[in-house]
Amino acid sequence: MSTVTPTRPTEPEAPAARSAGTGRVGGGLFDPAQLLASFPEALRKLDPRVMVKSPVMFVVLVGSVLTTVLAVRNPGDRFGWAITAWLWLTTVFANLAEAVAEGRGKAQADTLRKARTDTVARRLTRDGTGEEKVPGTELTPGDLVVCEAGDVIPGDGDVVEGVASVDESAITGESAPVIRESGGDRCAVTGGTRVLSDRIVVKITAKPGETFIDRMIGLVEGAARQKTPNEIALNILLASLTIVFLLVVVTLKPFAIYAGADEQTSLIVLTALLVCLIPTTIGALLSAIGIAGMDRLVQRNVLAMSGRAVEAAGDVSTLLLDKTGTITLGNRRASEFVPVRGTTEAEVADAAQLSSLADETPEGRSIVVLAKEGYGLRERHRGELSGAEWIGFTAQTRMSGVDADGRKVRKGATGSVVAWVKEQGGSVAEDAQALTDRISQAGGTPLLVAVRDDKGARVLGVIHLKDVVKEGMRERFDELRRMGIRTVMITGDNPLTAKAIAEEAGVDDFLAEATPEDKMALIKREQAGGKLVAMTGDGTNDAPALAQADVGVAMNTGTSAAKEAGNMVDLDSDPTKLIEIVEIGKQLLITRGALTTFSLANDVAKYFAIIPAMFAVAYPSLDRLNIMGLASPESAILSAVVFNALVIVALVPLALKGVRYRPSSADSMLRRNLCVYGLGGLVAPFVGIKLIDMLLSLIPGIG
Amino acid sequence: MSPVLAGILQLLALVVALGLSYRPLGDHMARVYSSEKHHRPEKWIYKAIGAHPDAEMRWPAYLRGVLAFSAVSVLFLYLLQRVQGSLPGSLGFVSIDPDQAFNTAASFVANTNWQSYYGEQAMGHVVQTGGLAVQNFVSAAVGMAVAVALVRGFARSRTGELGNFWADLVRGVVRVLLPISVIGALVLVACGAIQNFSGIHEVGQFTGGTQQWNGGAVASQEVIKELGTNGGGYFNANSAHPFENPDGLSNLFEIYLILVIPFALTRTFGRMVGSLKQGYAILGTMAAIWIGSTALMMWTEFAHNGTAFDIAGGAMEGKETRFGIGGSSLFAVATTLTSTGAVNSFHSSYTGFGGGITLLGMQLGEIAPGGVGSGLYGMLIMAVIAVFLAGLMVGRTPEYLGKKIGTREITFAACYILVTPALVLCFTAASFVLDTPAHSMTHSGAHGFSEILYAFTSGANNNGSAFAGLNADTQWFNSTLGIAMLLGRFLPMVFVLALAGSLAEQRPVPETAGTLRTEKPLFTGLLVGTIMIVAGLTYFPALALGPLAEGLAA
Repeated sequence: MSTVTPTRPTEPEAPAARSAGTGRVGGGLFDPAQLLASFPEALRKLDPRVMVKSPVMFVVLVGSVLTTVLAVRNPGDRFGWAITAWLWLTTVFANLAEAVAEGRGKAQADTLRKARTDTVARRLTRDGTGEEKVPGTELTPGDLVVCEAGDVIPGDGDVVEGVASVDESAITGESAPVIRESGGDRCAVTGGTRVLSDRIVVKITAKPGETFIDRMIGLVEGAARQKTPNEIALNILLASLTIVFLLVVVTLKPFAIYAGADEQTSLIVLTALLVCLIPTTIGALLSAIGIAGMDRLVQRNVLAMSGRAVEAAGDVSTLLLDKTGTITLGNRRASEFVPVRGTTEAEVADAAQLSSLADETPEGRSIVVLAKEGYGLRERHRGELSGAEWIGFTAQTRMSGVDADGRKVRKGATGSVVAWVKEQGGSVAEDAQALTDRISQAGGTPLLVAVRDDKGARVLGVIHLKDVVKEGMRERFDELRRMGIRTVMITGDNPLTAKAIAEEAGVDDFLAEATPEDKMALIKREQAGGKLVAMTGDGTNDAPALAQADVGVAMNTGTSAAKEAGNMVDLDSDPTKLIEIVEIGKQLLITRGALTTFSLANDVAKYFAIIPAMFAVAYPSLDRLNIMGLASPESAILSAVVFNALVIVALVPLALKGVRYRPSSADSMLRRNLCVYGLGGLVAPFVGIKLIDMLLSLIPGIG
Repeated sequence: MSPVLAGILQLLALVVALGLSYRPLGDHMARVYSSEKHHRPEKWIYKAIGAHPDAEMRWPAYLRGVLAFSAVSVLFLYLLQRVQGSLPGSLGFVSIDPDQAFNTAASFVANTNWQSYYGEQAMGHVVQTGGLAVQNFVSAAVGMAVAVALVRGFARSRTGELGNFWADLVRGVVRVLLPISVIGALVLVACGAIQNFSGIHEVGQFTGGTQQWNGGAVASQEVIKELGTNGGGYFNANSAHPFENPDGLSNLFEIYLILVIPFALTRTFGRMVGSLKQGYAILGTMAAIWIGSTALMMWTEFAHNGTAFDIAGGAMEGKETRFGIGGSSLFAVATTLTSTGAVNSFHSSYTGFGGGITLLGMQLGEIAPGGVGSGLYGMLIMAVIAVFLAGLMVGRTPEYLGKKIGTREITFAACYILVTPALVLCFTAASFVLDTPAHSMTHSGAHGFSEILYAFTSGANNNGSAFAGLNADTQWFNSTLGIAMLLGRFLPMVFVLALAGSLAEQRPVPETAGTLRTEKPLFTGLLVGTIMIVAGLTYFPALALGPLAEGLAA
């Protein structure tokens, strides 16, 4: 059994990449040293069986082999050798992009693998009487294992007995322990995590080799990576363009012979032209973009079970967000004390504070805080009142309070307090009902404060408990709306409360008093209209909806059923992250589109470099197409090839980081990206090829 | 009036005339293809051919209809030519040789109307009117039917049904082509075109000697030749012949006929998909390329270069003085940007760049505005490609008109754009690899190259115009061009219908602020750029070796 708890390396760049509170998805990290480190892996990927998966780069590989053969047969041809070298570099650069992208995942996988060290499980025998020691890898679903303080949990499962604090830092990177207990939504434990206290019995749910940590390793390594639908479609288009350009180049030879340019269109030159024309830039970077997209999620502690889900995230048009924890802070807070007629605010505050001292719920504590901060009441402690009888808040009584010095103070749910006042022989102030109604209608929760002293039992006033919408949510939702995404708030609150919070937060719609069935129905309704739906969930009863949603993000704290059903798991269990996931999905698609556009636009300049180089001898008039004024035919063709290779390396960081993404309407996004990558793709190679040509022309024999 | 001003005024007149007919004709066609009612003559036709016009067809059935009908048409037209010698009313012309008969049959059924024969010396009244003119109508209607099927693919959802081919075919002829042709023929006769069934006249020439003039149902064939973007002339000189195209007014009218249906179909498209703006965006793309090409053509043909041009006021060689440079340039651009291929001037005699513009027009896929039907579906395929390439840049998987462009859709579109470049480049290259085809060239060097490149560009794109100079009546050209025309016509249709079927099955995606707006000028610009890059780059080397080498030398 391992005694060391491996911790995932903290990744300072992940939070840094996201400038606080702006809602922008920044790029991932990129370190040029990774290029060098991944070089051996890039060479290994030259295997034709691997290369054939990318039709564009496979053509380049075949071209490289072809020119090598030609160069070997004519060893004195320096130009031929130069072209050959750069074609090989083009191929290697493409593999390098993929290797770098995968390398980043591999590092993460290695640390995860340490967490999967061989554990020895204490399995309960079938008759339940004793326990036996078996290797963790031999556990099968249904086995019951015992874990005590200090033990590493041997496999994924559900706690069936006991409560324990568990250190899950191996998976989540979060060092604070979490509580896992049998029953309810906090029963799931993950293999590789460590029990810190107490004893639990875990029922194993995962087969060996298929545990959560195994899947995580597979995902971050990209081992199980499958091409996403859009990637396949793009590959088909790129393949057909490759065929077109192959035809262009093959048929060019007879044309050239007729034109009298046989000598200028050697097989080496034609291969160079072909490699320049086919969309190598996007062909080389396509898989790196996909891997990097998944990786950006991993950096944000989100595990996507498939690339398909990441792609779907970009298309999402409806977001279902749970109110609590996502839109509002976890708990309601006291926001004001309202006295009934005949009492003062200070009186209410004083009684509210006193009666809440025994209330350990967050709401209760917020009352004490409000009394201190809003009304200047000195903070009091339970010890100050001698002989006081404290009545704590319970779900049954729904009231808390204190009996001291012959004075009874209570605060609690309206119904409970009214009943208490009547029981004590008092009467409820006439305007209390109106006050509570007003608070309810405003989306708040009213709590009554009552007292029984020498003046008899009576209601003093009302505490206004309010959901506090997280800061910046309204702006976030406005942004989403501009991106064409509708937000729906899901809450168990009554419609009145829900409506008020929905308005305050600025969501487009809300589902009040939501049951899991309601959620499911809502998702199906949206999907029937052709919309893609994303949601988060953690409970077992969320599982069907998570499975139905196009993007279902399960919280890591949730049950294993929920984690199974969703297609992503958020290790931080932060429901707000759904918004980021959508942005990352969009960023992935934008990067793909931008580099495709760039790649195709590049061809124009390459034609202007190569066509005059090939045919200016046959038709001197075609030298007018040499608008870049390239030094010689050889340097022109070589420059185009070199540019073509270098642009791949130059764009690796962009492919890995993703293009800058700002939430905005489709129109402005298209305009911006067309300018940068369309026009940029048109102009950049003219500049680049000219510069390379100026350098190359200094080399004797080329210039 | 200066010739340049005349050219510009003719262009403006054309734009106004097309603009006036855009709405009524586009809406009329939308009604024609959406209506539930059958007219009585149509019912007779359905009964005669045994069709059930109300039965909805999925794409394979629709395609079977297209292919079966076209195959029967090819066979019929082939046999008609082969037995011409034994038919009455053939003006004594003999039967056509097998290779030329195949070429002509393929040509007219494929809406290409490439002619390797001399109309007035080979084809009698029966073949001209009973065979060729009939194909002028039905091949055009087939193109429109396929386009409408694709539009239905976009408009319909969660069904694979694309309408009924036979109903679309018959309606296209009866309700669209025939009525306009009747009116158009009267206009042409009024302008001076001939319409009779007279025989061959011996006519004395000014310089002594005699000449043979044929009569014939010329005006009626002329009107559908232009209206159906067919282009096969009654006479060899085509629309340069005064019996076909008597004066400047008839010339402008014929250009109008070429362009009127392809442009108006964008309105039909907008109507049928429920957003006229989408139609306007497609119209804008077509119009931008058409006007741009026309302006370039006029510029290069008017530009004075050399003494001969100076004396003539521009490149007048091969152009009719009654049309001038303006009327000829307008016609040449209109005929090559559509699948018409009728000519009123010798494209071979244009300046190097001018010849290049006619070539490029066809190579862009004849989509601005393109042939009747084929222009619209060709442009929609390019829109699908543009959406796919650039649509990603808005951060969503691509969608057009609410339909996702996924693997299936992009496969069909990618196959579509492969067909014509493959045919043009491979057959042209083969012609240079083999010994004999090059003997057909009149010129050597870049111009000779253009002759063969033009022939296959014209054939595979179903244009039908020729870069005069090439003797195409050889077994090689008759057969290969025939094959190029058939494959260039029907393979793309297979992919268009398959795409339509796949689109029609989809559930539409609702439009949101995050959706790529395909009705905006930005998209029009993007579409023009995609067409230039995807289609234009394919032919850049070939164009460099032909018209560019020639044009840059001037």
